[in-house]
Amino acid sequence: MRAARDALCATADDLGYPERLVPALLDPGRATPTVVAGPMGKAADKRFDIYRNNVTVSLIDALAAAFPATMRITGETFFRAMARFYVRETPPTSPLLFEYGRDLPAFIERYEYAQSMPWLADVARIERAWLDAYHAADAPVLSPHALTSFPADALADTVFETHPSAHVVRSAYPAVTIFSVNRDSGPVGRIEAREPESALITRPALDVEVRRLPPGADVFLGNLLSAEPLGSAAAAASAHCPEFDLATAIAVMLEAGAFAAVR
Amino acid sequence: MAKLAIHADRGASEDFRFPAHAIDGLAGTSFKHQHITSILEDQAAERGFFEVHAENYMGEGGPPHAALARIRADYPVSLHGVCMSIGGPQPLDKAHLGRFARLIERYEPALVSEHLAWSTHETTYYNDLLPLPYTEATLQRVADHIDEVQETIGRPILIENPSTYLLFRESTMSETAFIRELVGRTGCGLLLDVNNVFVSATNHGFSALDYLADYPLEHVCEIHLAGHTEQEDDEGDLLLIDSHDGPVADAVWTLFDIVIGRCGPLPTLIEWDSAIPDWPVLKAEAIAAQAILDRHAGALLRGKSHARG
Repeated sequence: MRAARDALCATADDLGYPERLVPALLDPGRATPTVVAGPMGKAADKRFDIYRNNVTVSLIDALAAAFPATMRITGETFFRAMARFYVRETPPTSPLLFEYGRDLPAFIERYEYAQSMPWLADVARIERAWLDAYHAADAPVLSPHALTSFPADALADTVFETHPSAHVVRSAYPAVTIFSVNRDSGPVGRIEAREPESALITRPALDVEVRRLPPGADVFLGNLLSAEPLGSAAAAASAHCPEFDLATAIAVMLEAGAFAAVR
Repeated sequence: MAKLAIHADRGASEDFRFPAHAIDGLAGTSFKHQHITSILEDQAAERGFFEVHAENYMGEGGPPHAALARIRADYPVSLHGVCMSIGGPQPLDKAHLGRFARLIERYEPALVSEHLAWSTHETTYYNDLLPLPYTEATLQRVADHIDEVQETIGRPILIENPSTYLLFRESTMSETAFIRELVGRTGCGLLLDVNNVFVSATNHGFSALDYLADYPLEHVCEIHLAGHTEQEDDEGDLLLIDSHDGPVADAVWTLFDIVIGRCGPLPTLIEWDSAIPDWPVLKAEAIAAQAILDRHAGALLRGKSHARG
């Protein structure tokens, strides 16, 4: 009995290596785990640091690749320092790195050194939605003429099926303009926009498209994306924003390919 | 990306199969999307194959799948998993394994491989190929994981030897004995990363040739070659990093030549994953590998004809 129990314990112990390594992997303040060593009695500090470095730097690199406009706004040094804090606080929980960084916009909102850039989190939200649109399922988009065949009295009850790539990001800042000028490598001039801008992100074919929505259309589209009928979505948008123009909003969403079907 | 298109009419449920391109004796490269236009323009009678990291194609759709489908139509593809965490003690992530199996079904890769390493603990993904001790307990656990993968995907998987920077005090067997035993217990094949052998040999002060002499070469189905970079360990001695960011080192080419001399021409991949060069530079590395493969293939043919004569 004793021998069997010892054997079981020994087995469990043999399989405990991740517990011994992971606390120090994301915390450079911790000592090198004692279960590891260099060869022939050599130390393992610099050796362990290679794994530490690989983990943190590769995750920062993944964020830098996913949020290029955000990084261009902050500068690389600022972004990588911020990302390092984020990685240590919120390491990924999925092996799919294109899923990583969903909480980065919320992290940016409370990150002490980003308080002077209140629009930065919304730019990051647009970039996160961009990446989701990029990897979204392929689907045909609703034809721009799909609504012309509908009888006028049935339009109010129409419900749209969202295209897999479609996302709306609402912002109190000119987030779309800031995103657009920083996403490309061209020169960034003075940004004159002051008005709130909400973004529609879609991928009708292979290229992700980011549009500024006309006033009130963010509420309208947000409602449609939640499967509200067209009539009540339009009423909600008009109530929220007197300048809301239904015809323009419909034209924009059909052009963008925000919907896959109508019923 | 101009030459790509989505074939929305080809649903996943349809029996859409790719051509069965042979991969035997070919040199290939990592597939990087920035190269696709050059690759497609370069197509005239090119031999080769492409390897992709499985996780990059685990999204639902979009440009990654359009690019891979386009390449897969013309070339054999090797599907290389990076984060199954086969070398960890905890149960495999069933959702991830399911995604891996669906990719294999969708793209019918000529080769399927994963690493002798772990990357996930509890729910955290560390995005690195972390090392494991070589003991009877880890051997059985890793063998169980390989069994599970092979049962799920319905074909053998190739397991890649790691490059490591440190050792576990509790290890009771050599890496080569561990790998040999894995093959014996699971029937898996092997992906021999020659650069990893050289990196680990340098880092741990053993002979790469001794490692290869102990390694079950008869089970190798694919070779990896890559560049490494140099650092120093705590004692100021050379420590090599498996960085995949440059050309293959001369010493690794020499080892590769020896391995192919013993094994015959095996599918050989040039891995280049960061500081990625223009297509002609990467392709030149593959051409160099192909020349070595072809030289040994020729020698093998001549040897066989002599034997018959």
